[in-house]
Amino acid sequence: MQGNTTIAVIGGGVVGTAITRELSKYTLDIVLLEAAPDVCTGTSKANTALLHAGFNADPEKLKGRLNVRGNELYHERIQHELDVPIEWCGALVVATDESERPKLDALLDKGRENGIADLEIVEGNRLHDLESTLNDDAIAALWAPTAGIVNPFELTAAFANNAVENEASVELNAEVTDVTAVGDTFRVETVRGDIEADIVINAAGLYADEVSAMVGVEDFEITPRRGEYYLYDKKMEVDVEHTIFPVPSEVSKGIVVTPTDEGNVMIGPNAEEVDAPTNKATTRGGLDEVLAGAQKTVPELSKDDVIREFAGLRPAIKETGDFRIQIERDDPGFINVAGIQSPGLASAPAIAEYVVDLVADLRGELAEDPTFDPQYSGPPKVRHMSHAEHAALIEENPEYGQIICRCESVTEGEIRDAINEPVGARTINAIKRRVRPGAGRCQGGFCQPRVVEILAEELGVDETDIKLEDDGSEVLIGETKELLLAESGTEVRVDD
Amino acid sequence: MTETEMERAESAQSAAEAEQAIRRETHDLVVVGGGPAGLAAAQEAYDQGVEDIVILERDFELGGILQQCIHNGFGLHYFDEELTGPEYAQEFIENVAERGVDIRLNTMVEEVTDEKIVYAVSEDDGLTEIDAEAVVLAMGCRERTREALDIPGDRPAGVFTAGTAQRYINMEGKMPGEKAVILGSGDIGLIMARRMYLEGADVEAVLEILPYTGGLTRNVVQCLEDFDIPLRTQQTITEIYGDERVEGVTVQEVDKDFEPIPGTEYDIECDTVLLSVGLIPENELSEGAGVDMHAVTGGPVVDDGRETSVDGIYACGNVLHVHDLVDWVTEESMIAGRSVAKQLQGDIEVREDPIEIESTGAVSYVVPERITKADDDREKLPLYLRVYAPMDEVFVTVECGDEQLAREFERRAEPGEMITVDIDTEALADLPENRLTVDVVPKEEI
Ligand SMILES: Cc1cc2nc3c(=O)[nH]c(=O)nc-3n(C[C@H](O)[C@H](O)[C@H](O)COP(=O)(O)OP(=O)(O)OC[C@H]3O[C@@H](n4cnc5c(N)ncnc54)[C@H](O)[C@@H]3O)c2cc1C
Ligand SMILES: Cc1cc2nc3c(=O)[nH]c(=O)nc-3n(C[C@H](O)[C@H](O)[C@H](O)COP(=O)(O)OP(=O)(O)OC[C@H]3O[C@@H](n4cnc5c(N)ncnc54)[C@H](O)[C@@H]3O)c2cc1C
Repeated sequence: MQGNTTIAVIGGGVVGTAITRELSKYTLDIVLLEAAPDVCTGTSKANTALLHAGFNADPEKLKGRLNVRGNELYHERIQHELDVPIEWCGALVVATDESERPKLDALLDKGRENGIADLEIVEGNRLHDLESTLNDDAIAALWAPTAGIVNPFELTAAFANNAVENEASVELNAEVTDVTAVGDTFRVETVRGDIEADIVINAAGLYADEVSAMVGVEDFEITPRRGEYYLYDKKMEVDVEHTIFPVPSEVSKGIVVTPTDEGNVMIGPNAEEVDAPTNKATTRGGLDEVLAGAQKTVPELSKDDVIREFAGLRPAIKETGDFRIQIERDDPGFINVAGIQSPGLASAPAIAEYVVDLVADLRGELAEDPTFDPQYSGPPKVRHMSHAEHAALIEENPEYGQIICRCESVTEGEIRDAINEPVGARTINAIKRRVRPGAGRCQGGFCQPRVVEILAEELGVDETDIKLEDDGSEVLIGETKELLLAESGTEVRVDD
Repeated sequence: MTETEMERAESAQSAAEAEQAIRRETHDLVVVGGGPAGLAAAQEAYDQGVEDIVILERDFELGGILQQCIHNGFGLHYFDEELTGPEYAQEFIENVAERGVDIRLNTMVEEVTDEKIVYAVSEDDGLTEIDAEAVVLAMGCRERTREALDIPGDRPAGVFTAGTAQRYINMEGKMPGEKAVILGSGDIGLIMARRMYLEGADVEAVLEILPYTGGLTRNVVQCLEDFDIPLRTQQTITEIYGDERVEGVTVQEVDKDFEPIPGTEYDIECDTVLLSVGLIPENELSEGAGVDMHAVTGGPVVDDGRETSVDGIYACGNVLHVHDLVDWVTEESMIAGRSVAKQLQGDIEVREDPIEIESTGAVSYVVPERITKADDDREKLPLYLRVYAPMDEVFVTVECGDEQLAREFERRAEPGEMITVDIDTEALADLPENRLTVDVVPKEEI
């Protein structure tokens, strides 16, 4: 990889991809550099996926203002432009004790000040009709109908794919190892070669402090704060329809119970500082805390029907507790987009808009690209089709008739589509994020061998080269008998 | 026409076109799943006079899970000889082929309705809607996952269910790892311990949370003891660690309530974890058809003909309850096939007074759960049951009020080995009440 570009964006999470897409509206050369073999492998893949309404946003903070604007942008633009699942399921902040009522009122006032539409307090039967799974003790709730949920994997992939369709480049497996100013440009060194860029935008998530330090801006530190989750089977009988928050206490924000865009129920996260940005392990203590917290609002939940547990890391700047989005150097220009903890997902389109303004500050007014097309749609979704629609689709392309993942009804056609997108899936998890094989109750036990086979075929590599996620995560170690051959002479094993 | 009217007309037209893309058929019997259960049910139904039979199988070949079980140990009861899984399957595959049964491979059944409409999809035939007179559900089961066990830790590559690993090794010729820890000592875990070992991998241990193995005794001897693979009971994995690939597991001893005992933890280095922690009957289709389910077996509630609570929908094999031996799958599926044939031919008689079968005491479940057919051609009616915990020297008893209908001695009863007991159909003619109870009692108590 080499060459020169106007703008290099470092980090292909939801923030980096949203920025790249927003910049692709203008006549600029843009390259997104992502260390992993796919976009959306960092914090963007493991979070609560909420598009917060913004009632709790602090208008004094950048993250508060961008949250409110971000939610508007999802309503006004993103949901119409990108074919990404967004459900405006609404959120409830539930009080289970009279002593919590004043806090609900305070949240209502704050939300109104922030200009959030349609907020109200609901109580009694109306509350329990709205959300029948709630604890009998629930006495009142703040109801925010403009809150939503999104599929963060499809969202990030759609930002990246749409950006590439609009002539941005996305380079995967391109970890940035150094950034140095050479005259009025930067030399951006990656593990796959160097490029020159006039402006560098740092959206490296948990590693944003390290990337920033490459240009000598070292006055902040990212502290990873882990949150753990349980995800339930779609067929679980506890039917949660809205995002449910407990009333936040002094010590904790409380555990959320929410539907996902696909109709699973998800609970989490707790919050615990960890030592390393790689520590995404779930823990017994953390998971128990999550379940106990969730049971406060929805007591029927248990460990039955759990199909997945996972953890994500918030890239927090502890000193400010805020986003740090600013021009750090202006010739050449270096912009940090750091400390993007929650509500980073809900804010992503607003962050992108904000960053474009910063780029304009550096370069003067930007020229719009008249060929920009904001529309993007991914592969068809057989699982959401009627029998007749599915039948018609198979007539067009029979590969949509070959079901590979039985739990989520994903076809061979969809998997091949995911591999052949502009930013195509190259790993088992990348395919799972885009089109869901392995995301259901059997967790890939049935379909993984077939997905491996299709990936190997499409990429023209051996099955033993296929990875779950990053380098070193190959699922197969070699052919059978290889181990025997390697050790023959030392021990003879008799086959049965 | 206004623009919206035009749009509506267009979408109505395309909806109509889409409807036409559905292929529609009617058949007497649709069998969902072409494993040993589906094959035996189809074969027997045919032999009893049903000719219009379709088997729908999602895999590229018939035979079900047997095709990946290349070890010996199949057919001792049914064929009186020891076959491999594929050999056992082959007998039935040839039998249905000879009978001209309509076999559709690479065909996934997506939905079965309570009206016995079956929706299936495939690359070759597209989406087919079959209106069936009767349906046999024979979808087998799937494996429980790490997540169902709630094992915390990292989520690297190298964690497999034993069946997935078996498929990789035996069918794809690929090795999933070279240093394994196996969790669960059911038959699949034991068989895979031996398979991994014979392929040159190190098997560090087989861990079992219970105080005893869940597999057949012969498998413990032939798969572990013969190769000095340690079996550690009352231990479980409490954490999996490793960044990209498994690097090891933390193991802990458990108390009698299966709670890990603090202070007993130790680590085992490995690159692979195989989970053999139970099978779950694959009943999403059955549930969709509105069939009543059994809380213990995880399969449908059935009568003596293996008919479910929905008229004309039958179930047999692992979808009904998990079998350890395929021979019993065959026997059970033949019962279903025969019953389907009688129903389709209209010569089934239904008892006026269905008999409920209850499990009590040490018995965890009995299949079937009720007797509704008055089928006088059969001499014996086999009941399949399992116990909760191992017991030595017991009697299996079937009682009705004060009457004893059957009593059989078992040298040892284990949860991992299904027990069968036959009742004389003649004895069912005149019962003091419409309820049988099945129990397993220690010899001394009789
Ligand atoms: C538990 C939890 C719950 C959350 N819930 C919500 C929620 O409900 N709603 C909401 O709005 N927000 C939520 N968030 C926050 C949200 O997930 C994040 O703000 C958002 O995903 C951050 O996106 P990002 O693109 O900045 O970071 P990331 O997704 O981490 O992306 C950064 C990328 O940079 C790459 N990278 C790092 N270093 C380099 C390098 N040197 N070279 C090249 N690439 C590099 C990484 O590989 C990574 O892909 C939650 C977060 C957590 C942890
Ligand atoms: C590792 C292992 C070792 C074993 N060892 C022994 C042994 O030594 N001796 C012995 O006697 N038994 C053994 N068994 C048990 C025996 O193999 C099973 O009991 C038997 O295969 C169950 O038969 P079945 O037809 O019910 O299920 P399966 O064999 O699982 O067949 C079900 C079939 O249905 C198909 N299907 C499922 N859903 C759909 C759908 N929606 N549409 C279309 N098709 C569908 C599946 O593809 C499959 O082919 C072993 C099993 C395993 C897994």
